[in-house]
Amino acid sequence: MLEFRKEYFADERDENLNEIGKPTQRQDMVGHVTGTTTYFDDHKLAGLLHLKVLRSPHHHARIRGIDTGAAERAPGVRRVIRGADVPRNLNTLLSLLNFGKDDEPTLAVDKVRYKGEPVVAVVAHSEREAFEALAQIRVDYEPLPAVFDVEEALKAGAPVVNETYPKNSFEYHGRYDHQKLRFGDVERAFAEADHGLEERYQMSPIEHAPTETNGCVAAPETNGRYVVYTCAQGLFFSLDTCAKILDVPSNKLHFVGGTVGGGFGGKVDSLTEPLAILGAMLTGRPVRYVLGREEEMQFGSPRGAERIYVKDAVMRDGRITARKVTSYFDSGAYTRLSSYAVIKCAAHIPGPYTIPNVHADVYCVYTNRVPATAMRGFGVTAVDFAIECQMDKLAHLVGIDPMEFRILNAYRDGDMKAHRREAKNTALIECVQVAAEKAKWPIREEFRRMSSRAGGGGARAAVPHTPGTPAGGARPPAPQRTTYDRPPQPAQAPIFEPQKPSPSPPSPRQPTPAPATTQHGAARFSSVFGTRRR
Amino acid sequence: MAKHRGRGMAAINYPIGMNLGGDPSQALVHSNPSGKFTVALSSIDLGQGMKSVTRQICAETLGVPVEDVYVDTADSDTGPHCMGSFASRGTHRVGNAVMAAAREARGVMMEAAAEELEVNASDLETDGRGNIHVKGAPHRSIAVKDVAIAAQFKQGKTISGRGIFLVPLSEVDPETGEMSPATCYAHACLVAEIEVDDETGEVAMVRMDSAYELGRALNPKLVEQQLVGGAWMGVSHALYETPEPYYPDPSHGPRDFNEYVMPGPGDICPHDIAVLERPAPDGPFGGKGPGEMCANPVLPAVANAIFNAIGVRINDLPITPEKVLRALKAQGGARPQARR
Repeated sequence: MLEFRKEYFADERDENLNEIGKPTQRQDMVGHVTGTTTYFDDHKLAGLLHLKVLRSPHHHARIRGIDTGAAERAPGVRRVIRGADVPRNLNTLLSLLNFGKDDEPTLAVDKVRYKGEPVVAVVAHSEREAFEALAQIRVDYEPLPAVFDVEEALKAGAPVVNETYPKNSFEYHGRYDHQKLRFGDVERAFAEADHGLEERYQMSPIEHAPTETNGCVAAPETNGRYVVYTCAQGLFFSLDTCAKILDVPSNKLHFVGGTVGGGFGGKVDSLTEPLAILGAMLTGRPVRYVLGREEEMQFGSPRGAERIYVKDAVMRDGRITARKVTSYFDSGAYTRLSSYAVIKCAAHIPGPYTIPNVHADVYCVYTNRVPATAMRGFGVTAVDFAIECQMDKLAHLVGIDPMEFRILNAYRDGDMKAHRREAKNTALIECVQVAAEKAKWPIREEFRRMSSRAGGGGARAAVPHTPGTPAGGARPPAPQRTTYDRPPQPAQAPIFEPQKPSPSPPSPRQPTPAPATTQHGAARFSSVFGTRRR
Repeated sequence: MAKHRGRGMAAINYPIGMNLGGDPSQALVHSNPSGKFTVALSSIDLGQGMKSVTRQICAETLGVPVEDVYVDTADSDTGPHCMGSFASRGTHRVGNAVMAAAREARGVMMEAAAEELEVNASDLETDGRGNIHVKGAPHRSIAVKDVAIAAQFKQGKTISGRGIFLVPLSEVDPETGEMSPATCYAHACLVAEIEVDDETGEVAMVRMDSAYELGRALNPKLVEQQLVGGAWMGVSHALYETPEPYYPDPSHGPRDFNEYVMPGPGDICPHDIAVLERPAPDGPFGGKGPGEMCANPVLPAVANAIFNAIGVRINDLPITPEKVLRALKAQGGARPQARR
């Protein structure tokens, strides 16, 4: 059952619209429910070959030698692909945003860093022949000690997972092994608090489990181009990643997609596209590379695990006065996108509450497991779990109803957030009020009357004295930088009027492959985290 | 041995779009000579309804019926750049790009109509049903179809538009974490009622009540689809799913849907949802996006409900029957808290 509560924020909406707000049926509905929608794997091309990869059986091992002789002579095999065949066999996904160092090979060369890491690919006439050829490949491994626990991985003497980051942690701003958030003085608040509470939370990895597993079909087009039918969640993200790894101009690749059988973040890593295109380049034939369900579950990147420590200070009257968070993202053996999630997590702390003293250290840690990637709520889901369990415990501790406790501490329009931007357009209080009403969960009248639009700002808008930060104390928030942070527009303009694009949008990607000394077509982005690709 | 009921709640907010911005999307809108419009994107429809919501945004902005707009995703040869479908960015970022492109196309359409009607373009308005007429004089009207024909074959005008939306990239202060992570936030509060069997450790969902604020709901059915489905993904995360049940020990990885446990149809419970709409100042018609955030409040709400039911706090996800039984054993049995 779903109802609209139009009485809330009615004065902020123009309801005089034709198409917006109507329950129009999806334009792709009939195709989806009758099974006639075309997905990537519906492209059954003539002469189609199949690609499968040999995966590491070890969590961590040195590769002493690879013997593919028997596989190359096996029936139906058109091509065996090894790391040396990949033009640029080292990449990191966010290099397109100029963030992080290349740390992940398409096919492992010297070492395997997680169980399931691709080592050799076979292109054959059928999937069965590809699997049979894989079984004939001999790899000589020297197993190495592995590390699976994020805090163990950070200790001195832990096995080095990924030599690009020898301390087993992503490097922020060229000097820190974590991202900091500092707002106010948490230690003083802990000393002055009526109660303190420190807890440890752990979220295990989660599989995206899309109906359609990761995969693509790549085929030679005319004029030296390659067409790729794909389920990628970011079409150009995948195209540009492939252009870099395969060292071809981006206009040699033609990606077709857009209709995907579930993603949830598990289809942003270009797990199959680079090898499928390489297979098509090396054989001149269409090549299909699709993960089986077992591969998808075991070796398709999951939502990474997170371990989160939360320490709070709370007063008898229910005001939270400090929140200190230490969080560890388990990135697995390679960075992929976890370094980004760390920043998003830091921005999210302390949750949708106005807390005058906040302190966070967030780490991206390498372990010998399948690299993690984005998933629904990336960087936020686990910390929300930790914060909201913590909120329930704090409410219990001070004997206040948990709904009222949320409303009491909720952020409101005009409050200063811990990342030093003003809260605007907030609506947490109203959500709590309506959920309580729907669940017949009684809250007191004074809490029913509170509003996100009243009571914020003023003293709550101040940036507090923050020991140990360069400015040495209170200073006005820095100039707001997003379009949204511009001064309010005149009231006569419709409130939903979108901002104009920035006056000088960055120039488009360079069409030619970047020379080795510059970033791959990503020169428009400065390095916001101070970690430039070399 | 007994079954214990409990209720728990959680409240959350969620940032819309890629953290720190810097994630542009483009759109192209053009009309064929019959006045039917195509939106060219490279954005992805994962099943969430990207094509449908951008179609409505385009139709609203152009002032034509939604049936006259078709969204063609995603071909890198014809669709302009888009960062991708993730980070709850589709409605907000792509929607804004489509709106900008449709505005430009509408400008040409109105000029072409003005030329045909021999009036000033600023005196014209659309009726949303496929016609353009003089304000206050509906009889002085021309069909969009006839405008498109005139533009193409007589006036030599292209009824088309380009749009891009970009939230400029924010920097992050290394010492303080000062940054501009997002331009708008969605909000939610959810109450979960559960039942714990203290003999088996199993947790069953009894019902959920929730309130979600997600900016303007551009299509209520698509919103419902996201919120209902997303909440179930949250239940699944809270109680069932993980490929590493003894994390950080990596063993016992699942291989298929028999071994990777998720809730089935028999595990579903009633879920009553209220939608609040506080328009985002920079959203397309105020839209934010219901994508990722709808799963998030369920996880802690379920954990808090388990405490209410049996008095144990489980801080490790997922909350499997094994974890519930071990916690009950450590506590010496269930200690139900005050009923809520």
